[in-house]
Amino acid sequence: MCNCGHHHDTLIPQIGVITDICTETADVKTFRVEKVGGGKLFEHLPGQCAILSVPGKGEAIFSITSSPTNEEYMEFSIKRCGSITDFLHYEVEVGQQIAVRGPYGNNFPVADKLVGKDILFIAGGIGLAPMRSVINYMLDKRADYGSIDIVYGARSVEDFVRYNELSEVWPAQPDTRVHLTIDRPQENWQGNVGFVPAFLKDLQFTPDKTVLLCGPPIMIKLCLAALVEMGFEKSQVYTTLELKMKCGVGKCGRCNIGGKYVCKDGPVFTCDQLDEMPDEY
Amino acid sequence: MLKITLDNLPKLLAALSELGELQVPCENKSGKVDFEKWNAEKRPRFDITLTSKSAKDLFFPQVEDLLAFKTKGKNLSIEQIMPSDKKVILMGVRACDIKSFELLDKVFLKDPVDTYYKARRENTLIIGMACSEPEETCFCGSFGIDATAPGGDVTTWITKDALYWQANTEAGKTLTEKVADLMEEAEASKVEEQAAVTKAVLEKMPLANFKVAGKIPQDELKTFNSKIWEEISAGCLSCCTCTYVCPTCHCYDIRDYAVSDNHTERYRCWDSCLASDFTKMAHGNPRKTKVERFRQRYMHKLVYFPNNNEGDFACVGCGRCLQKCPVNLNIVKVAKALEVSEDV
Ligand code: SF4
Ligand code: SF4
Ligand code: FES
Repeated sequence: MCNCGHHHDTLIPQIGVITDICTETADVKTFRVEKVGGGKLFEHLPGQCAILSVPGKGEAIFSITSSPTNEEYMEFSIKRCGSITDFLHYEVEVGQQIAVRGPYGNNFPVADKLVGKDILFIAGGIGLAPMRSVINYMLDKRADYGSIDIVYGARSVEDFVRYNELSEVWPAQPDTRVHLTIDRPQENWQGNVGFVPAFLKDLQFTPDKTVLLCGPPIMIKLCLAALVEMGFEKSQVYTTLELKMKCGVGKCGRCNIGGKYVCKDGPVFTCDQLDEMPDEY
Repeated sequence: MLKITLDNLPKLLAALSELGELQVPCENKSGKVDFEKWNAEKRPRFDITLTSKSAKDLFFPQVEDLLAFKTKGKNLSIEQIMPSDKKVILMGVRACDIKSFELLDKVFLKDPVDTYYKARRENTLIIGMACSEPEETCFCGSFGIDATAPGGDVTTWITKDALYWQANTEAGKTLTEKVADLMEEAEASKVEEQAAVTKAVLEKMPLANFKVAGKIPQDELKTFNSKIWEEISAGCLSCCTCTYVCPTCHCYDIRDYAVSDNHTERYRCWDSCLASDFTKMAHGNPRKTKVERFRQRYMHKLVYFPNNNEGDFACVGCGRCLQKCPVNLNIVKVAKALEVSEDV
């Protein structure tokens, strides 16, 4: 909620201004959003989302990719795939004002269940966006968590989002490792080649880690199968889902899987919770 | 209890319309009876049991404006279009529709409150009306609703010659004080007699013995994976009529409308989970086929909603879907099919 003193409906957005645009890959850009005049529009927790809109282009929901520990601004890594994202990619320049509402949904339990745990992040493609919020949060509160492993797969080297953090910043943190893989061999690539599920097995992680998994539905399903084979319990694996949304507050009826609304009861679920829900995502 | 003869009813309506916008069932230009703002030229159709659309329109309108965007270069301003604060008196609502308000409250008044819905709800006084001529498609009794005691701030009953009036809530009593002069004291016995007759009629109705509670497995996965869905949904045209006329369906869309180059209005409007693009995203659609969408509508009404709301089904047995579906599909058929399939 904003603190402008007015009584707002949750459907009424605030105005944010884009203060930086970073081209990550051919189809992903990261947008920095602040309040007009500076500062964050609202506080959030890692894993939560916001609904962005541009007049006439409609609204869409995006995970907040910056960490809550960032006091100055929020970031959104957005893949180009339709009306509003096309507009953001092609037409928007720094200084553009957009409409923002949120935060929506639950979050990764960084303040309780994940404390003290050895953490294994697994991300595919744009799935790094929600993970990055948690990774930077944990690295800012490094002492609260055990070891950190980040497994990240993309189609090619050019498709890694936030390559600079991946290759320079994160691996330099204490007890933190980054494992990258690409789908097909590429010149000058020294790292792993292959899909994430197989890579997980090669890396021989022991099932005492808590897993945060994010990517396209098919990747989630295959990685989960690999993890179970490796001895992980589904209750140790957290994931975040993406469905079409409109209201963000469990009323418009759009984003349910069974009796759960992804906008409100999710987007973060453990994989044993998913097992109890109809397979409709 | 008070009463007023039907000859004098227009005087009561006139008095009520001074106290707020009076909405009563009226025949509209296309010959359908729906809630409309009353004026002295209009004859209320309290003889009709079921309005064509449900009364949810009064709280959750088919289309409503939320805000206006103004753009100037890169700059943007947002003006909220505030929910209306006009006082409305909604008269002649049947027991099923009154129950549907309670169900919609569970959606729209749950945190975070929908301020548009809430403003309308709080500014509306409800005058319920007991049924005396239920339709063949009525089955409110299946959900424990008493058609002869609809509740509301005030309950009314209509007999051959008079309208009987009983205030229920504080707001109803305050309203009654303002119009009591027009009415006379009455015995409840007339009303009780009528209720007894109506109940006897209801017991003989085709759906009198249709029950839902306890009949359908409330286990999400079990009912979801039932074998009935493919066959039962086959005839559905995906026209969405059943969702629009349903008093408890609450899916909506939020859309933008360009008024001019630098002025856009955002509105919300009814939507339907039966529509093919309802859950369609750029990278896929979790409910690609009609079977999945049809299942969603009935799973929501019969399993998800009750599981999330202390066992209340998202159906009040108004029978509108039974009357309006062009291919004669409806919740009764679905519920019965699920019941049978459990025995198999
Ligand atoms: S499902 Fe049909 S009978 Fe039930 S409330 Fe909706 S329209 Fe009425
Ligand atoms: S009214 Fe009948 S045909 Fe139309 S969507 Fe509903 S069930 Fe299908
Ligand atoms: S987005 Fe409306 S219910 Fe989830």
